[in-house]
Amino acid sequence: MATTEAPPRRRETLEQAVIRFCGDSGDGMQITGSQFTNTAALYGNDLATFPDFPAEIRAPAGTLPGVSGFQINFSSSDVYTPGDAVDVLVAMNPAALKMNVADLKTGGILIVNADNFRDTDLRKAQIAQNPLEDHSLDGYRVFAVELTKLTRLALKELGLDAKSMDRCKNFFALGMCYWLYNRPMDATVRWLEDKFKDKPKLVEANRLAMQAGYSYCEATEAFQVSYEIPPARLSPGTYRNISGNGALALGFVAASVRSGLPLFQGSYPITPASDVLHELSGYKNFGVTTFQAEDEIAAMTAAIGAAYAGALAITTTSGPGMALKMEAIGLAVMAELPVVICDIQRGGPSTGLPTKTEQADLLQALFGRNSEAPLPVIAPQTPGDCFWAALEASRIAIRYMVPVILLSDGYLANGAEPWRIPEAAELPEIPARFRTDPDGFQPYLRDPETLARPWVKPGTPGLEHRIGGIEKQENTGNVNYEPQNHERMVRLRAAKVQAVAQDVPEVVPAGDPEGELLIVGWGSTYGAITAAVNAQRSRRRRIGHVHLRLLNPLPRNLGEVLLRYKNVLVAEMNMGQLLMVLRAKFLIDAVGLNKVQGKPFQQAEIEAKIEEMIQ
Amino acid sequence: MTATPLPVLTRKDFQTDQEVRWCPGCGDYAILAAVQSVFPELGVRRENFVVVSGIGCSSRFPYYMNTYGFHTIHGRAPAVATGVKLTRPELEVWIATGDGDALSIGGNHTIHMLRRNVGVKVLLFNNRIYGLTKGQYSPTSEKGKKAKSTPYGSVDQPFNVLSLAIGVEATFVARSVDVFQPHLKAILKRAAAHRGSAFLEILQNCNIFNDGAWESLTEKDVREDHVIALEHGQPLVFGKSKDKGIRINGLNLEVVSLGSGVTEGDLIVHDERHPNPAYAFLLSRMETQPGFPAPIGVLRAVDAPRYEDEVKTQIDGIVAKRGPGDLGQLLRAGDVWEVS
Repeated sequence: MATTEAPPRRRETLEQAVIRFCGDSGDGMQITGSQFTNTAALYGNDLATFPDFPAEIRAPAGTLPGVSGFQINFSSSDVYTPGDAVDVLVAMNPAALKMNVADLKTGGILIVNADNFRDTDLRKAQIAQNPLEDHSLDGYRVFAVELTKLTRLALKELGLDAKSMDRCKNFFALGMCYWLYNRPMDATVRWLEDKFKDKPKLVEANRLAMQAGYSYCEATEAFQVSYEIPPARLSPGTYRNISGNGALALGFVAASVRSGLPLFQGSYPITPASDVLHELSGYKNFGVTTFQAEDEIAAMTAAIGAAYAGALAITTTSGPGMALKMEAIGLAVMAELPVVICDIQRGGPSTGLPTKTEQADLLQALFGRNSEAPLPVIAPQTPGDCFWAALEASRIAIRYMVPVILLSDGYLANGAEPWRIPEAAELPEIPARFRTDPDGFQPYLRDPETLARPWVKPGTPGLEHRIGGIEKQENTGNVNYEPQNHERMVRLRAAKVQAVAQDVPEVVPAGDPEGELLIVGWGSTYGAITAAVNAQRSRRRRIGHVHLRLLNPLPRNLGEVLLRYKNVLVAEMNMGQLLMVLRAKFLIDAVGLNKVQGKPFQQAEIEAKIEEMIQ
Repeated sequence: MTATPLPVLTRKDFQTDQEVRWCPGCGDYAILAAVQSVFPELGVRRENFVVVSGIGCSSRFPYYMNTYGFHTIHGRAPAVATGVKLTRPELEVWIATGDGDALSIGGNHTIHMLRRNVGVKVLLFNNRIYGLTKGQYSPTSEKGKKAKSTPYGSVDQPFNVLSLAIGVEATFVARSVDVFQPHLKAILKRAAAHRGSAFLEILQNCNIFNDGAWESLTEKDVREDHVIALEHGQPLVFGKSKDKGIRINGLNLEVVSLGSGVTEGDLIVHDERHPNPAYAFLLSRMETQPGFPAPIGVLRAVDAPRYEDEVKTQIDGIVAKRGPGDLGQLLRAGDVWEVS
């Protein structure tokens, strides 16, 4: 402990920094990361985050499978990814260190909890030699801090038991990072006061621990430099920090308000989609009905029932749940009812990697139903875009009387970014019209522009009619098995989905409008591809980037755009699913960049592929 | 109630122009006729009926009812109906289903809908066979059943439909028979009047694949000895000469002959509102024991809050407490900052 006045420190201004907090699942790393994120966002930085946690709620403490991490990239300029390599790694135990140290930049700051490097801790992490002693960490600026001991010291007056005190050590580490990046702690204090409203002692304990971490840096001479990362120049407006799942929930509430329809969510709990159910179940003052069904099929079919009865109906799930819902989604195709089905994709097949991200449900979304059952598929590109995608999916579903699949993924769902809050006037109108006039009514008589059939609320006098999963006679909707009628109906249902393209602007590639290479992506790879393309274009490579938001139908001019480039690269977190679609549809010799590791692309991986393709 | 006067409806108002395509002689015709004759008497406007079904012979029902109708997919009618009821609690939702649809592929939805007490009426046509797929044994087929898929006899233990419904504490559990028209109509009315889930097993004959499955209960000369018609407040008496009754002895029921010291006063007096479902459960087990009659009528009818009402009450309460949601405020909730 320093006994004299601390020496003046250097304060360096940087453009951006990447911090990763990692520790045991029980160490509170997700909260620590979220708090740092919130503070960085309030400060005005642009940012992207990557929470990465195990599927087990609590794997045995100190072991490798129990390691949980949270990475944030914050900057004074535009941020597209959570960052490839990290500048600061906070590792709460040897297992976390072992799993994460490879991503720390040479010369990067490594903060470890020195109290957790006893022989037993090392054994749990399957480490033979203490890395704090064997010079394996010499390439980093190592700060081995007795986080447990110092936290207990800071809290000794509160009369808490040891376990409760130890739970605050993550806030000691957080305090250190706040000092390191010159951040105020008041937003986190406010959060603590709200979170532990009825437990003032815990507010005080965590606040003291955080303060102690901050003071520790201030008082010791360990850190000679602290850093300043100025606010980013974001477009004017009011901002908040938002996760993909949070944005989806808000988007559907907004769609309900804009359409004037009550929102109905039928869902069964599944990682990583459950947060949408948690969020929406709290919005009942918007008239939202959340139905936690007995299974995925009931969740989907209850949504169909709600849509039939006149609600804005949604269901949220992940890949395994999608597989279960598919027959019912086919019913919604056949009955021509508006339902939005959100698939928050995760690693598969089967149970796969529940908490890890992947984009391998595209073909399931496009083709996973029996027979000819096309439907619109939309994929948000960033956490904030999930809000807009929810509105767009709802709009398409209602306008075309069709089920729509929204493909998010674990990375978007849990990742966060600053999000400019839209004004009410910026939100699209979502007109919902119900047929009430019996004159000339036929259940499958179509609107000539959209090919949508009329939506009729049961209870409307004079419009009693029957629908169902059996093939319909054109216009009348009566059961019909005639060969020609069936083919006409198959074509009509497909044409209706294709008609959605009329509402969607033609694609305009980002970057170069023609040239050596076009990168095509969809969904959450938007950030990594954008960052890679920007970097490579600054090296005078002529590259375009098309990021498909609507995956079915495809934009009208896509085929023409693909031909403007010598090479087409399709980067996706699967084994080449969009690639297969584009090759089949446009007969182009596109190549794939594919990654299925449960992790998003790094910018460098995309850049390496670009450099391999164009010298 | 509705401000405009209810139009006078007749059976014809509930018939559609669609050709009914059940096999000639199918018990479904009798059930359709009974429903079409009861609906006009329920004081409900035609447009407020929704008939939902799954897959199977019985599930063609909605096409023949001139109401709103939704023929969904196999086993899922209860979940679709739950979605309808949660959105529009004021609608009268009826489910037409069969033993395979409701108890095999849709068993999960059936039990969960009953447990929640969603305000729908379930007409379960039990013919103890898969008809539409041409004659495989069903979850209610008796053990040893020789059917298309069990040439050597089924080794499956069947469900007792009533026991199942009572086991999940369905608030209304009843049974009738396709050919007992006056009884069926009366029970349909009782089901219609129940506010929560009304579960009605209708014993129905499939004359093509399982003809005579209920013969021992329906044949004129034996039915009164093999069937006991339950009536609330009445002692459990049956038999051609009304000379037999049901008495409780410990945890068991026993069949007793009236006379020689046994009087009606010794018999169970039927109480469909008995708060303990164990009572109705005992009744549902009678036919599994030799010498006992099969119960028809209302086994259990208790009041409990309807699911859709509870959901709505909760939402209304939150709106009343917090005020109707303001989207602008919601989007701005939590920590926000200005960029100029």
